[in-house]
Amino acid sequence: MSASAPMLRVEVWRGGEEGRFQTYEVPRRTSQTVLDVVTYIQQTLDSTLSYRYACRVGMCGSCAMRVNGVARWTCRTHVTRVADDDRLQLAPLANLPIVKDLVTDMAEFFNKNDRALGRFRGNRSRHERMAQVRPDSPARREADAGIECIGCAVCYSSCDVVAWRPDFLGPAALNRAWTLVNDERDIERAPRLVAVAGDGGCHACHTQGSCTVRCPKHLTPTASIAGLKRVTARALLRGEMPTTEGNS
Amino acid sequence: MKPQVVQQVRRWYWQRITAMIMTLFVLVHLVLMIHAIKGGLSAGEILARTQGSVLWALFYGLFVVLVSVHASIGLGNILVEWARLPQGSARLISNLVALALLVLGLRAVWAVTCGSMP
Amino acid sequence: MKINDARSRHHAIWWTFVVHRVSGLLLTVFLPIHFWTLGLALQGESALDRALAWYEAPVFRWGEWLLVLLLTVHALGGIRLLLIEFRPWRGLRRGWIVAGGIIALATSLLFLNASWK
Repeated sequence: MSASAPMLRVEVWRGGEEGRFQTYEVPRRTSQTVLDVVTYIQQTLDSTLSYRYACRVGMCGSCAMRVNGVARWTCRTHVTRVADDDRLQLAPLANLPIVKDLVTDMAEFFNKNDRALGRFRGNRSRHERMAQVRPDSPARREADAGIECIGCAVCYSSCDVVAWRPDFLGPAALNRAWTLVNDERDIERAPRLVAVAGDGGCHACHTQGSCTVRCPKHLTPTASIAGLKRVTARALLRGEMPTTEGNS
Repeated sequence: MKPQVVQQVRRWYWQRITAMIMTLFVLVHLVLMIHAIKGGLSAGEILARTQGSVLWALFYGLFVVLVSVHASIGLGNILVEWARLPQGSARLISNLVALALLVLGLRAVWAVTCGSMP
Repeated sequence: MKINDARSRHHAIWWTFVVHRVSGLLLTVFLPIHFWTLGLALQGESALDRALAWYEAPVFRWGEWLLVLLLTVHALGGIRLLLIEFRPWRGLRRGWIVAGGIIALATSLLFLNASWK
């Protein structure tokens, strides 16, 4: 490699909640992804750097972090797309506690998925006949539009309502809940509608659209959340939502 | 579902319902304002149109009620999300604002339809 | 946890949200003044006339233009939100953002033009 090879100035967040940006000089190559850059830093320049990746081919979502302030998958971000003036800034995902450097604690993200009842519950075993679900039914189409979510938290990081309201379940959990609300095999529709209603749920969404704009799989949590708004409001008006006393 | 969640859902749909109805009111009001502002605005012109008019009383009276509900719900969200107020305080302030808009607004409607002195 | 800065918000949909919220807030702040002014009619026509004469000053003329702009932008942005929330999904309705902005500007200029006649 020649001495005059183009270099990138890469600021990387080091530390936890308290920390600072540390700058590294990384050789710039053609066909280079941001994951290549951070891997180069960790393998060649500073082995104390902590970051996540797994598949490196845009399937797992592990490499999600903020590049120049925008949440993205580093393995699917070409340096040429983001390195203005040969500069990059890498920071961990927003709205999540920082474990170390570029690694965030994803527990709350997945806990909210549970709180939204973002998991399937059926009532058939292998001994019953398989459910016959028409793939072109309106409900199945709605579900299919959102089921490819791999829980990378790019949308969660991008959402301001998540930052403003700690209780807000967030776009990914609500999107998952919507796919299950539309799954005719699922038997927990009613409690799920209760779980996703109100200001901790779909009704706090203000259609800022960052989730839909940033989703690396081009999913539309905004659409899913709009669907939940309609379905929960309708259920409430029809008296289908059991109300409890007090603050339990 | 907890009672406060029920109220949150209700606030959501009341804000949308008032919004839908007000699109018509806003359209009428804008057309009227653009027509009325021609040649300047005077009390005489306004009152000549609104004095003793049941139609305008109903129109603007309803408009005031709708906007009081709509604006206060929106304000409540802003107080929680931007002013970082706790839910209880935000609700209190937004309810007071709703009341203020209602009282001042209906007073204004009364003033231009029934209550002015010559 | 770290929160986002302005760089994550450089997209049209987010700006549309801000415009909608801020226009609503400004309109809400304006309304009591509006209601109080009209309420002056209770003290007689001349009391209202005196206030209206005050509002002939250029700063208030531009203020009225701004109010018409804010109201139209807020209403059209609101219709866009109602479409997103209640009609079948057709994306983030960016066409409405552009159309709304143009119509709001046109309406406010219509008003400004009328107020100079």
